[in-house]
Amino acid sequence: MLTADVVVTIALCYVGLLFLLAFLSDRWSRRGNNWIRNSPLLYTLSISVYCTSWTFYGAVGSAARNGLEFITIYLGPTLVFLGWWYLLRKLVRIGHVNRISSIADLISSRYGKSNTLAVIVTLIAVIGTTPYIALQLKAVTTSFEVVSGGRGDLLGNLSGDGTGFDAALWVAVGMALFTILFGTRNLDANEQHPGVVAAIAFEALVKLLALLLVGLYVVFSFGGLENLFSEEMSKRLLERENVFGSRWAVLTFLSATAIICLPREFQVTVVENARESHLRTAGWLFPAYLLLICLFVLPIAAAGLTRLPEGANPDMFVLTVPMAGNQEMLALFAFIGGFSSATSMVIVACIALSIMISNHIVMPVVLRLRWLGLYDSGDLKTLVLFSRRFSILLILFLGLLYYRLSAQTEALAAMGLIAFAGVAQFLPSLLAGLYWRQATARGAKLGLIAGVLLWAYTLLLPSLAEDGTFFADTIAHGLFGLEMLRPEALFGLTGFDPLVHAIVWSLTANTALLIAGSLFSEMAPLERLQSALFVDAFRNAPGDESRALVRSAAIDDLRLLSRRILGSDKADRLFLDFAQRQGRDDGVPVADNAFITHLERQIGGNVGAASARVMISEVVSGETISFDEIIRMVDETQQVIEYSQALEANSRTLHQTAAQLRQANQRLMRLDNEKDDFLSQVSHELRTPMTSIRSFAEALLKADEMPAAQAKRFMGIIHDESLRLTSLLDDILDLSHLESGEVRWQVEHLDPESAVTNAIAACEGLATETGVVITCTPSAAGPVVEGNRDRLSQILINLISNAIKYNDSPDPRVHVACEVHSDGWQVHVRDNGPGAGDVEPDQLFSKFARGWRQIAKGRSGTGLGLAISAEIARRHGGELALTETSDNGSCFTLTLPLAP
Amino acid sequence: MANGGTGKLGARILIAEDEPNIVELLTFVLQRAGCEIRSVSDGEAAIAEIRRDPPDVLLLDLMLPRKDGYEVLKAVRGSATHAALPVVMLTAKGQEKDRKVAESLGVDVFITKPFSNQEVVDSVLKLART
Repeated sequence: MLTADVVVTIALCYVGLLFLLAFLSDRWSRRGNNWIRNSPLLYTLSISVYCTSWTFYGAVGSAARNGLEFITIYLGPTLVFLGWWYLLRKLVRIGHVNRISSIADLISSRYGKSNTLAVIVTLIAVIGTTPYIALQLKAVTTSFEVVSGGRGDLLGNLSGDGTGFDAALWVAVGMALFTILFGTRNLDANEQHPGVVAAIAFEALVKLLALLLVGLYVVFSFGGLENLFSEEMSKRLLERENVFGSRWAVLTFLSATAIICLPREFQVTVVENARESHLRTAGWLFPAYLLLICLFVLPIAAAGLTRLPEGANPDMFVLTVPMAGNQEMLALFAFIGGFSSATSMVIVACIALSIMISNHIVMPVVLRLRWLGLYDSGDLKTLVLFSRRFSILLILFLGLLYYRLSAQTEALAAMGLIAFAGVAQFLPSLLAGLYWRQATARGAKLGLIAGVLLWAYTLLLPSLAEDGTFFADTIAHGLFGLEMLRPEALFGLTGFDPLVHAIVWSLTANTALLIAGSLFSEMAPLERLQSALFVDAFRNAPGDESRALVRSAAIDDLRLLSRRILGSDKADRLFLDFAQRQGRDDGVPVADNAFITHLERQIGGNVGAASARVMISEVVSGETISFDEIIRMVDETQQVIEYSQALEANSRTLHQTAAQLRQANQRLMRLDNEKDDFLSQVSHELRTPMTSIRSFAEALLKADEMPAAQAKRFMGIIHDESLRLTSLLDDILDLSHLESGEVRWQVEHLDPESAVTNAIAACEGLATETGVVITCTPSAAGPVVEGNRDRLSQILINLISNAIKYNDSPDPRVHVACEVHSDGWQVHVRDNGPGAGDVEPDQLFSKFARGWRQIAKGRSGTGLGLAISAEIARRHGGELALTETSDNGSCFTLTLPLAP
Repeated sequence: MANGGTGKLGARILIAEDEPNIVELLTFVLQRAGCEIRSVSDGEAAIAEIRRDPPDVLLLDLMLPRKDGYEVLKAVRGSATHAALPVVMLTAKGQEKDRKVAESLGVDVFITKPFSNQEVVDSVLKLART
């Protein structure tokens, strides 16, 4: 008797072997050794993930109960691979071209990349697969109990106390670990997992070998088939009423559907496919595999029925028949075979579902939650991996939960077919997507939802109600007590097997709504393009003559593309012009070479020739880049153009700013230099009187005897120079206040000529002293200006006193003349002195510029008078200028605006 | 050397200065030290006067009309006949760079205004002796 410990150890070793195999295969493939991907044999073997423990154990059980019915489960896939491999090839081609990652992705891609559709498909797949995973867990625990003799017995009946849950939990944990390790190791663009494929292929061999060995044992131990199939037995197994009946047809149909629509089958057949040519091998090898698998089903069933006592569980015959013959090692190997079937199904189903859940549910939600900051963090790869792993755990948790909840019912056994019926709802949308151009997303959604609701109502609900706890009333009398709505006899359709009934209703409604929805809805442009890409998957090769259809589809895509790049108006005009050139009345040009070249050139003007060529050729032939990607490229190009325009604008602004800054800097540097000069000049101007004061004082101190008159003269100089120092400081402060704008003065309406009179009066003393004659001619107009009387007088006193001080004429005269002019009020201060000579007017009004100081009579000037006067004039909105200068004299003119 | 007895009696000094007060002061203190004084009030006049009758020492203001002190100094040092003329430069521009320029041009003594009378007299007499 095998003990539980031995079985566990063997199982663990086997699992370890799988890990090692997957690890090595992954490593080989990562090092560039592609034999796994290149092997059509491994590809075919991995497809056999179809044969789960349900078929491994259940086929014999089914044969023992229902005779030949089990054949249907193998017949469907065989028919698909032999007769409809054309469909598979199309799926694989589309999968490659569009980089399809799951069946949800395929259906959503075909219908305009609708994520809603992807979510619907994903949910259906999860609902359909969860019980199936639970079924595998149950098979593992049951077979474990049977083979280890722990809780089961030779009858193979379940003890039913639920303690098998612990074992199921550990199996699930192991599977999760394996799937996460080898299924989410990295993110290949094409979602291929060589390690997993290698392990699955190995498991396929193990389960086949196990079943064959048990079969051979049975045949030989019974001494040949003749002995095994007594007449009575043959009758029992082969002559069932419902063979070739409607249920039989429906089962064949369902299993044929399942080989295409089951998420795990889609994963291994389409997604993991490395080469289309592998299908050719699989086309005969997979049916051969199925043939071998079912070869000994009937003998084993017959043996079980003959050898084992009445009431033995036929589902465990594969184990119990060898055990009854004391072939413990064979039983153990059979257990490992069943274990293989279960684990390979769980692993692949988890990978397939996790891709769907992660891509279509988790990621869209996570990315939409902007506040998580995940979208902007940029590390999407890690996020995707995390989301896959999370999804795997979620799926296994759901499987465990389902197992836990339903372990004591017999509902599980029927779950395989119910799941088949569930995923069969994908078929109408899938087939229409591949062969019917007009099928739309709305049609697909309506069909899928209606089909699944009916499936749930007519099949899932009754199965849940089997033990009588839930929905029993609804099952018996219909929803709301309406007989019409009885789940197993909907709208009075009676007399059918519940499965047939459910399939007829759900698929009919599904297909009808798909057709109706498609006929009554418009296709979006992207949908139209995807439809063409899918339906014409084989026609899009360049140079193919059958491109007429593509071309008519392409013209809309070309229009869409052009609009994205050229703008709607320009694109439409371009299309219209070209249609006229082609002589077409409907305004739609034919997408011939000339037009495409023309368009390419137009688009090239916007995005560059290379990009335009890529985009155009991709829209026209639709080979490798999806339309979405092109549109994204266009958007990116547009963004780049906008960005570079923004950059140009920015750089222009920066340029201007830099120029302004340069100017400002130059002005500051000039001001700084001026300030330095000014300080240097101030220092110079201060030092001169200080020199006199200090040196005369020193002379007075040092001189022992000095005439009193001379001493008095020296002291007079000291006194004058002190006064000069004071007025210099006053002027410096005054000017600096004026220039900084800190001086505020009272402004009033005044007659400027009164200021002239004041100024002349103030200079009278100086004039008398120096013998200068001052004359004045007032204007007759009585002008009024806005200004400060004292400040205006200051200007005039400065001008007049300069005219007096620097006048070396033998007959010195100063004439002050006022007039009202179109520019305003003017006063001219004219002298007959030496003129300003060659002094620049600019310099004249700068600080410390004493144009003719060397001939000045007095030394009381500070050199700041004109600078101050000019500043005051400026502050009055007027101007001070040297208007005449010659050897015979000069004239300063002050102009002030008249008050309004 | 207020007694002025030692060197050549009556050292002949040319003052080139446009501030009349300073000229008067310098004349007063140098005459008391026994010097013979002439004065001009601009650069061109200074050069002409040197050419006409070279003094023993030139007392030169920097900020002169017509030609400034630097130009006068350059002309003196560049002339064939009186390149060795001792020059004392007086300036109200007290900056170090001005002193550097003057020294590079070959000034003998550089004095910043306001100055001590004694310093000027000592410098002049010392230069007059050599």
